[in-house]
Amino acid sequence: MINKIKLKAMKKSSFLLTVIMMCSLAKVYAQDDLLKLVGDDKPKREYVDYAFKSSRVIMSQSLETIRPGVMDLRILHRFGNINGGAYELFGLDHATMRIGFDFGVTKNLMIGVGRSTNQKEFDGFFKYRIIHQAKNGGLPFSLLISAGSSLNSLKFTDTTRKNYFSSRMAYYGQVIIGSKLSEGFTIQFMPTVVHRNLVATTEDPNDMLAVGVGGRLRLSRRISLNADYYYRINPNKFDGTVNPLSVGFDIETGGHVFQLHFTNAVGMNEKVFLTQTTNQWSKGDIQFGFNISRSFQIKKRK
Amino acid sequence: MKKLFVVIAAGFISAASLKAQDKYFTKSGRISFVSKAPLENIDGNHKSATCVLDTKTGNLQFAVLMKGFEFEKALMQEHFNENYVESHKYPKAEFKGQVVNNSDINYSKDGTYPVKVKGTLTMHGETREVETTGNVIVKSGKLQAGAEFTILLSDYKIEIPKVVKDNVSNTVKITIDCSLEPLKG
Repeated sequence: MINKIKLKAMKKSSFLLTVIMMCSLAKVYAQDDLLKLVGDDKPKREYVDYAFKSSRVIMSQSLETIRPGVMDLRILHRFGNINGGAYELFGLDHATMRIGFDFGVTKNLMIGVGRSTNQKEFDGFFKYRIIHQAKNGGLPFSLLISAGSSLNSLKFTDTTRKNYFSSRMAYYGQVIIGSKLSEGFTIQFMPTVVHRNLVATTEDPNDMLAVGVGGRLRLSRRISLNADYYYRINPNKFDGTVNPLSVGFDIETGGHVFQLHFTNAVGMNEKVFLTQTTNQWSKGDIQFGFNISRSFQIKKRK
Repeated sequence: MKKLFVVIAAGFISAASLKAQDKYFTKSGRISFVSKAPLENIDGNHKSATCVLDTKTGNLQFAVLMKGFEFEKALMQEHFNENYVESHKYPKAEFKGQVVNNSDINYSKDGTYPVKVKGTLTMHGETREVETTGNVIVKSGKLQAGAEFTILLSDYKIEIPKVVKDNVSNTVKITIDCSLEPLKG
């Protein structure tokens, strides 16, 4: 009987000892990492940004928007065909360009206007982010919509018939869905519709559908390899137009992003590169082009 | 047996309440840094730094999420995260150290106390010793902690490309301003 009581007491004391040891252990641990006491390690929901270095993949709108209060001055150049040879200095004797201004309105909305030398065309667009890719409890992709219009300001060639102002207009609408799969790789898809009020022949669809794909591979902190391509679903098969493909590098130097690329698309807005690209990669009808993007903070933050 | 439980429970409670007086914390500490270069000054501000101070031992720890730094220009913020601190690879900066003269501070008496802090700062995957002086102001059960120190970006393997060497300084001044509250339970 006495033995039993002793045993019980021993059990109790060993239990106490364990508790004390555990407490002291916990205390040592707590001192080692005070930050754990305030739950600093809880993962928080976090938006995935910087899927591309600029708001365009190359010719196409990208998953990125311009940040609020920022103006992005974009100067785009496309030279002549490289297979023009040394006589044309591999196309550098000829250039078309587009100058444009993009503005970040809110975190998810940007607008832009531009003017291209090709067809003396004005264009304007908006891009709005509906879903923002996020880690730790967010969706693994971003979804944006973009739409815009363009106005051809060339003089009408046929003055014998009645010309309407609306004939100058064309529109596009686009959904951009994609994901920054890793720090190094981003991919996006762009189902697109282009509407032209006036088309050349009855073979030309007023509404052209296309699906684009674009992506980037980050080669270093400041350089990435980009490409974008559109497959046109219902083009006019007889007018010699082809699907546009561009491949190039984004190079970031402090305040500028330079996009150096090769492309078969002459146009620098959605309507032109989707409906009027006639150069073919397979024949070497490619052009060198470069875009310069310069950001200006025009509205103070905070 | 029941009595024992009561004793243990009481012990835990008293330990917990002791803790409450010992430790102070914040999750909204302000940490800012300034880089002064010939062409531009860059300053980043953080409003949600975590800081915990154990007044019993003088242990002091800070943590900040690098992505939380805000800049005057959006592009600065992008470059900070993408090109300099690489916040996707190294999301956090942490300081772990001690108030060297902890015994000189009476945390239960209002007043301003000069402090000397020593420890290690881990950032961009590199850990370096840092040492600085600052102030702790004790006022009605709360602490206000402030300090300033300078680091070299090269110590933390943060490279500045030649083209922007007049825009970004290798010497960066860090300012800390935290108001700490008692940590309960």
